[in-house]
Order: sequence, then C-alpha cells, then structure tokens
Amino acid sequence: MATQTTRPAVAEEGAVVDRIRVSVPDRGLRHDLRAVSIVWRRELIRFRTDRLRAITSLVQPFLFLFILGTGLSTLASHGLPHSASFDFKTFIYPGVLAMSVLFTAIFSAGSIVWDREFGFLREILVAPVSRAAIVVGKCLGGTTIATYQGVIFLALAWFAHVPYTPVLIFGLIGMLLLLAFTLTAFGVMMAARIRQFQAFMAVTQMLVLPLFFLSGALYPLNGLPAWLAVLTRLDPLTYVVGPMRHLVFSHLSLSPALAHVINSRLAPSITWAGWPVPTWLSLGIVAVMGLGMMSVAIAEFSKTD
Amino acid sequence: MTQSEAAGQAGAQAGAGTSSALLADRGRQTVIAVSGLVKRYGEVEAVRGIDFTVERGETFGFLGPNGAGKSTTIKILCTLATATAGTAMVNGHDTATDRDEVRRNIGLVFQDTTLDTYLTAEQNLRFHADLYGVPRAAVQPRMRQVLDMVGLWDRKDSLVSTFSGGMQRRLEIARGLLHAPHVLFLDEPTVGLDPQTRSSIWAYINDLKQREDITIFLTTHYMDEAEHCDRIAIIDHGKIVAIDTPEELKASIGKDRVQIHTADDPAAIAELGRAFGLSAAMHEGAVTFAVNSGEQFVPRLFGELSVPIRAVSVSRPSLDDVFMSYTGTTIRDAEGGAGNEFMRNMARMRPGGRR
Repeated sequence: MATQTTRPAVAEEGAVVDRIRVSVPDRGLRHDLRAVSIVWRRELIRFRTDRLRAITSLVQPFLFLFILGTGLSTLASHGLPHSASFDFKTFIYPGVLAMSVLFTAIFSAGSIVWDREFGFLREILVAPVSRAAIVVGKCLGGTTIATYQGVIFLALAWFAHVPYTPVLIFGLIGMLLLLAFTLTAFGVMMAARIRQFQAFMAVTQMLVLPLFFLSGALYPLNGLPAWLAVLTRLDPLTYVVGPMRHLVFSHLSLSPALAHVINSRLAPSITWAGWPVPTWLSLGIVAVMGLGMMSVAIAEFSKTD
Repeated sequence: MTQSEAAGQAGAQAGAGTSSALLADRGRQTVIAVSGLVKRYGEVEAVRGIDFTVERGETFGFLGPNGAGKSTTIKILCTLATATAGTAMVNGHDTATDRDEVRRNIGLVFQDTTLDTYLTAEQNLRFHADLYGVPRAAVQPRMRQVLDMVGLWDRKDSLVSTFSGGMQRRLEIARGLLHAPHVLFLDEPTVGLDPQTRSSIWAYINDLKQREDITIFLTTHYMDEAEHCDRIAIIDHGKIVAIDTPEELKASIGKDRVQIHTADDPAAIAELGRAFGLSAAMHEGAVTFAVNSGEQFVPRLFGELSVPIRAVSVSRPSLDDVFMSYTGTTIRDAEGGAGNEFMRNMARMRPGGRR
C-alpha cells in the first residue's frame, strides 16, 4: 500500500531522522473525491479573490433587464391586451436570469486555458488522479460560481414584479444549477481543445450571444418563421429558459383571463413539429447534453502527446 | 579549448562503454531505466534512441543545448508525453502503461512556473497534497518541513504573485518534495535566475540530497551546474554522446591545460615545439599548451626550458572542454551564443580562476 518502503539512512543518521514519513496511498475513490474537492475549492478561492469579475459579469444582465427591458416595454405593450398590468421586464426576467449564468459558466471554464498558458495545468495533469476527477472538479467549480451569480440576480426579482415565493425561488435555483452545469461542461469541452486564452475568449464570445438570442429569452417562441423556429429548438438554452418562464408565470398573481392570454401568447410550450415537449424532457435534454460534453472533456484530457 | 579530434573520438567510445558497465552493476538499485527511447513530433525526431539508467540516490544530469531532447525525455519520464518507441521505467513502473504509479513516485519542478500565483504558498501546497493524496495528518508537519527547508515558512500566507523568481522556484522545489517522491525531476531548475539565486537553489538541492533519500534527475545547459551531478549524460541532437561522472568525463579528454608567462613567449613556443614536441600557442595572453598530466610536467618544464618562466598555471579540463570534444562545438555555439553566458565562462577559464 505504501509507496514508501523503509529506507536506509544514507546520509548521516541525525539528518534523516527529522524527516516526516509520508506515504501516498493507492488511488481509490476516496482519493479521487479529495481531488474533485480541491479542484472545486480552488475555483471558489479564485472567484472569491476576484471581486471585479463577479461584479462585471452582472453588468450585462443588469443592462438587459433594466435598460432594454424598460425601453422595450413601451413597444411591447402595444401588442398586449391588458398591458397595463403586465410588464415586459417580467417577460424577459427568466431569460436574463439564464444570461447571468451563461457568461460566468462559460468563462469560468476559460480558467483551464489560462492555467494551461501559465503552466498550472501541468501541475494538475501530472498528479496521480483520474482525469475524470479533474474535469468533474472543474465543472462543479464553474457550476457553483455561475449559480451563485444567478442567485444574486434572483434577488432582483422584485424589480421585475416576480414574487419571492419559496417554491418559485428553489425551482429557479434548481434550473439555474442545471443550466450552469451544462454550460460549464460546454466551456470545459472547448477549453480542452483550445490552447490560447485569446482564442478561447474569441470563440466563446462568438457563441454566447447566438445562444442567448436563440433561446427565446427576449421573444416568445410561437409564430416564428420556420428557419428561426428550427434554430431555437437546437439551442440548449431554450430548454431551460422555457421551463423557467413557465414556472415564473405560474406564480404571478394575475386574473384568470389575463393569465390564460399571457401563458398562451407569451409562454407557449416548446414544440417539436407541433408536439409540446414536456418540462421533464426539456430539463432531461439539458442534463444529458451536460453529461455528454463533460465526458468528451474527460476523454480529451486523458490524451497525451 | 583546443582539443584534438582524436581525443574526442576516443572519449566517445569510452563513454559508451561506461554506460553498459553500469547496467551490469548488480550491487545497485536502478530507479530509472530507459532503453531505445525515440520521440518523434511529426517529421522532427526530438529523441533518437537513447539508453541510460539512474541508480537510487544518484543525482543524474542531462547536459545539452536547448533543443537537444532534454525536455522531451523528461516529459516522457513524467508521463506527460508518450514515446514513439522504446521504454522508460521509473521505480519499476512503465511510464507508458502504469502512469499513475509513476506519477505517485515522482516530484517535478518545471522550467516554467506551474504555481497558481493567485493563491498563497500554503494554498498551493495544500492543493498539491490533496491531489497526491498525502494523508491529512501528515500535511501540516510535512508542509512545515519542506517550507523550512527552502526558507519560506514565514511567507506561507503570502500570495505567490508577490514572490521573486527565486522564491517561486524554491516554493516549487518544496512542493515537488511534499509527497516524498522517490525521484525528483528538475527541468532546468535555475534557468532565468540571477547567479546568486542560482547558487542558493543549488545549496538547497545539495542540502536535500543530505536530508532525503532521493534520486534527482535534472536537465541543464549550464556547465557549472552539471558539476554538481554524480553522473552526467551529454545529449546532443537527440542522442546521448557520453555518460559518466564529471571527473571521468574530464579525464577521458585526458589533457590538462598549461599556461605559462615567460620572458620571451615566441622563443618559448619554439623551444616547446623543438624540445618537448608540444604545439603551444598564445591564448589569453599566455603560452598555452596541453599535456597529459600537468602537475608532473611543470617541474620538468622548469628544469629544462631555457626561457625564464614568470608564472605558470595548470588547469584540469572543464566540462566545456568535454562538451566541445564530444559534440565538436561549445554549448553556447550550439545555442547560437548568449553574450553574458560567454563572458561568465570566459572569466572562469582564466588562469587562477575557480578551477
């Protein structure tokens, strides 16, 4: 079990005596879990010391909700019946919540590319732990940070007339966790391949906005031209934004008539060729995608030159 | 630095012979065994079939210019790269098939820093301890021990980004030792450090050899650092051209360098050629020539040379001479020359210098 057998004192005895005996145990699940935990915790330590990042990544969703949301509400109100009692900000709130997670999750994975450039990744890759432990630790780290950002944004729900109902809040946190995990896994998968931080930023910047725009965060998914309808169905973000909006709308205190109109017009189910996708399947798709991308990342990190 | 080519070739044969003699030595315990190792990156053959063994407790140095294949070899030994052909065993474990076992047995200090500079020294070490599964109870005392060894215990709570280059390297050495590896790999441990810091790093490494039962494998392109090694392999263009102790390598070149200052240098040169059959020349302002054993030759010289001698110096061949004789070039020429390096070595070559 011990890698360290008893060693004869080669130098003068006094010098060897003060040595602390260390034996590295065989690799096992417990060791791998410890590795997952430290990789995870490192992400949190890094995040805690980087307050600027925490603040800046909240700026964009903030702008969308308050500037774009307020500005567009005057336009949007013309198309809505009973518009006086329904704010456009409420409509985009779930999507903007997803956005607050989107940036943080993907960019937290960028730390892998950063670590590669600055050498620290080598320290991790020569360690006697499974590559899976490293990738899982990274994914959990990114998930935690991104969800934390989402939760901060969740505190602003009142401004979008969304009530602080415990069921709603916990439901949203659960979906944010899922979304954060899948997006981090996506980022880690990209980071496994990309060698330069600049390139990583460029590629993810290029992908982030389409993901956001196609998710239905800013407009309802019904009555779209066919090409756009197809694209929205391919975006994983769609399958979280839809259920989140359903959940939010179901907790609003609206008159039954208004609720019906709003739900059918503004929060239609995601449909595949007319078939409404149930919520469990929506979220299941996102989870499977996340696990799949994480597996790809593990396979990528298991390769050597 | 004037070696005959014949001496170089004889030396190369001697070097090759010594490595097989060491393989046959049964009394020792082999920690690293490399045979027929080849590494190709596309068209480029970085390592072209090398064999060597390292015994337990040895400090073994890979000496060669940048791009000679040193780092590639170390990467294969550390499981960071896969060999194209051949095998590399560390502590009885195959680096290709038994990676985790190899990883548990080795500590690494790379050329470029692999510390997380946004964490404190202690956080870096704790990260390492958890990754290597160091028993929790042992982490604190062992951390204290390795940090004490490199003199950084009182800085353990500082962010690594506030450390100087030398402190970072020392911290990396401490971290490499944290899990008590059998073999410590040091890839150019002092590159990019100022001379004073370099010598302090070497003081730590030498101290380490005293304190821990550890085998050290290092690469360097500094001749003076190779002197610290028990044995050296000279590697050039992906091949090992000689392996032996620094003393044996220097002895294999054979000749000592004698420099004399005389009342009449041209006459002395002429007489040396005539009476002793030596080809002397003016180098560094002195009459310079090579003989087999300088100490015995000098008394004879005083007795027999008619030109009065004002000063004399005898120097053993340096590793620069060795490298030159095996590869036909100086290590600095092989790297395209670095000005201050050259000056430093010139200073060392001067009569009455360090050696």
